[in-house]
Amino acid sequence: MNPGLLHELTKLLGEDSVLHKLEDLFLYEYDGSVERGLPDVVVFPTTTEHVSQCVKLAAKYEVPVVGRGAGTGLSGGALARTGGVMLVFARMNHILEIDSENQRAVVQPGVVNYELTRAAEPHGLYFAPDPSSWKSCTIGGNVAENAGGPHTLAYGVTTNHVTALELVLPDGEIVRVGSKHGDAPGYDLAGLFVGSECTLALVTEITVKLSRQPEAVKTLLAIFDFVDDAAESVVDITARAITPAACEMLDGWTLRTVEDYIHAGFPMDSAAVLLIEVEGLAEAVAAQAAAVNEVCSAHHAREVRVARDNAERELLWKGRKNAFGALGRLAPSNYVLDGVIPRSKLPQTLRRIHEIGTQFGFQIGNIFHAGDGNLHPIVLYDPRDTAQFERAMQASAEIIRYCLEVGGALTGEHGVGMEKSELMPLVFSDADFSLMRRVHDAFNPDCLLNPGKIFPLSKGCGEIRVRKPPVEAASRP
Amino acid sequence: MTAISMNFAARLESLIGPSRISNDAAACACYAVDEVLPTAVAKPTSAEEVAEIVRFAALEKLALVPCGNRTKLAIGMPPSQYDVALDMTALNQIPHYDPGDLTVSAEVGIPLAKLNSVLSEHKQFLPLLVPWYSRSTVGGTIASGIDSPLRQFYGTARDFLIGAEFVDGTGHLCKSGGRVVKNVTGYDLHKLLIGSLGTLAVITRLNFRTFPAPIAGSRGFVASFPNAEGALALRRTIANSSLTPLTLDIVSPELAQIFATRTPATPEATTVFAGENRAADQSFLQPIGDWFNPREWQLCAAFAGTTEVLDRYARELTLVAERSRATSTAILGDTTRPAVWGRLRESLSMLLEASPATVIFKISVLPSHHAALFTNLQHIAERATLPRALIARAGGTVYFALLPASVNEDTTARLSQSIAQIFDLAFAAGSYASLLFAPPALKERTSLRSQQLVAPASSRLPANSHAELIPGVAQMRRLKSAFDPQNIFVPGRFAGGI
Repeated sequence: MNPGLLHELTKLLGEDSVLHKLEDLFLYEYDGSVERGLPDVVVFPTTTEHVSQCVKLAAKYEVPVVGRGAGTGLSGGALARTGGVMLVFARMNHILEIDSENQRAVVQPGVVNYELTRAAEPHGLYFAPDPSSWKSCTIGGNVAENAGGPHTLAYGVTTNHVTALELVLPDGEIVRVGSKHGDAPGYDLAGLFVGSECTLALVTEITVKLSRQPEAVKTLLAIFDFVDDAAESVVDITARAITPAACEMLDGWTLRTVEDYIHAGFPMDSAAVLLIEVEGLAEAVAAQAAAVNEVCSAHHAREVRVARDNAERELLWKGRKNAFGALGRLAPSNYVLDGVIPRSKLPQTLRRIHEIGTQFGFQIGNIFHAGDGNLHPIVLYDPRDTAQFERAMQASAEIIRYCLEVGGALTGEHGVGMEKSELMPLVFSDADFSLMRRVHDAFNPDCLLNPGKIFPLSKGCGEIRVRKPPVEAASRP
Repeated sequence: MTAISMNFAARLESLIGPSRISNDAAACACYAVDEVLPTAVAKPTSAEEVAEIVRFAALEKLALVPCGNRTKLAIGMPPSQYDVALDMTALNQIPHYDPGDLTVSAEVGIPLAKLNSVLSEHKQFLPLLVPWYSRSTVGGTIASGIDSPLRQFYGTARDFLIGAEFVDGTGHLCKSGGRVVKNVTGYDLHKLLIGSLGTLAVITRLNFRTFPAPIAGSRGFVASFPNAEGALALRRTIANSSLTPLTLDIVSPELAQIFATRTPATPEATTVFAGENRAADQSFLQPIGDWFNPREWQLCAAFAGTTEVLDRYARELTLVAERSRATSTAILGDTTRPAVWGRLRESLSMLLEASPATVIFKISVLPSHHAALFTNLQHIAERATLPRALIARAGGTVYFALLPASVNEDTTARLSQSIAQIFDLAFAAGSYASLLFAPPALKERTSLRSQQLVAPASSRLPANSHAELIPGVAQMRRLKSAFDPQNIFVPGRFAGGI
């Protein structure tokens, strides 16, 4: 760590806003993924001006910079892959404005997703994107990764709800893009920056749309004896143009693990369940629930339950949203994949995932956003067993390749980050990389902002020095 | 025709074949943009041919203007250089359609109406009911960034465009996004193409998510008010209710008058929605019945769903309209709805047809500012004694037109003055005004050139600083260079002088 930079950062932000001891930095070495990256210094800015000054200082010392929200990301997006300064937005966590008439909110990047929905609730409004980590993840992180969640099936992902951003560019310049209304003149810069994984700019303020709470909600749990029947039900629900607000699948193995831990009411002896939510006018909800019931029954659902009240509904969702925590009880580590397939290809893909698991010797669980074809196969492994870890990674790559083969995508909502940067050539040509690189360089020419992300190392910022994690860190469970 | 131009037309012929290139004066005249003519017209039949042409143009520094059926080429500034018109209408196939996944991939030159007729076979559609509907290509709709009344429910193209293929300024075929509904792989470059007027790349293919066509059909609702306040109050009530109409627009009395007395020159497409039978090709919209009160403000909504849902909408909308003191309300069924909906969709084309020198602004403003904006716009038009009309989407976007009865020096001067005032007004309100359509003579006036059709601007600021007030304009210029390093795509037409 450059002592001059550390001194200047401390002078700017104060002692209590700068971490530089190894034991403190270790807390910021990981996120929700299997990746690691140790920063040299962690700082906690409280204003946009701070962020700009920090970025300028880093540029002066030619040290990389990465932004971080709550560190719940699943692709290594908020890790300091090549060391450097990590800006943690935890203290920029104010909701600056809720404009109920125009259904907009202005927030700082460190605001926790769920807190915004809570603040909007008295106005009959909410923030639609709801990642599983919504009680801890920040809106800044959601913007960087263009996060999704169960209810994005009907309401879209983060980008569909962002109308304006305040940004700090890698040279420290503060820029505003978009407008509170949304139709700003010129190119859709907000659309470009959302999901750019902090490789073009740091986000310091976000204007989002708020949605009106629906009049009626029905949550259904369809229980199946065969995974294929559940998958076919999803295909049919989509094809018959029923548009649920959410349509999630848990396979038998996953739901048993979850049930053991959370007691959400999932039947222990089933092969798969679909958690389906329909929302809107009472009349429309009744009709949609009936249609969902009809489709699931036609595909041999053993039972279709309707949550009787809000408490039961919340319990079912708790089972879904806390599933990854439950899986932690089974193995020291789990790898949550994120792939997308056309929804018409769901049954065959689930069969293929099962085959791949068998081939590589893993039980692979599935708990995912079935309604938009966004798969999250989970591979359990022990990181201390390097051979097993390698096999887990191979099995995962095989699944992702299959997703692409059937016309899908590399990542639906977790981002490319470090995790999938080397898989990007499966999707993009040299010409595609060349253009993306020129767009990257238009904002981040010296590659000091979040280096080593999105682009394969050979096609990104030329020679970048990826440091190996310290030995003791790599062997920690 | 100069020797050099003859030369490049001949060389283009050698690239894609003589039948695909024309430098005939009459042909070129059809592709004029604000009275600027190209020297040649190329009609490529594949993305590879487009790439060949772009590489040639980059080498020779020729300026290209890609176009579809040329219904919206008047949007933007006149090009500062224009050598070759790239007619994309021969790329008109549907290479991929997965009805079970509700995704479609369409070549850029296919007419929207044609694409929707294919989707309608599976009871699906693309919610882009834009002006010049029967003639507009998918590519022109995306590149012009034009919106549709359906944005109230379905959002704009940025909400359902899921991927694109395009040729960048170096002549390489690139892609972004994909063919699935959820995807965060790489930068969302395709979003930048929306409304880019062709300045970043030549689009060759667009991927969309499709939507189920309304199940049991749809209905329309119209409520009339003696003043804008009544319509705005009703809109607010609806916005705060559980109702989620597909469209929700306020139409000023002057536009209502145009609706009542005119028929759009663009013929209707045979299919708009699944299950809707239109009599014949080339039919025109039926006149609106005499129940439509042209002297009043109208709030127009559309809604869809099962019979129970339709009944609920009809009941509640009528009730809340009466409480808001509407002078009349009407529910539009299958016979009356197409005539009104078609006109709402064609608002911009009808406004352009209503005057020899129509000026249309797009003003992006928060809905809570509409009441003040309407009043101020009215004052500006009255001061200049210019006829006016507006349509306001519930989400905030307002289209405001000035409609002089004739063109002469005097009206041009008054228009010019009003335009400056509207830019100032938008700036003062913290919103953005873009001059969407204006006669070329007006666009050429220096004050406009410096503003590059976009406010926020203030006449108190030095002329050349106006463009700098567009949020992120410097970043837009960097993007333009990244996509089109030689500046060969439609130079000079876009915001900020791009």
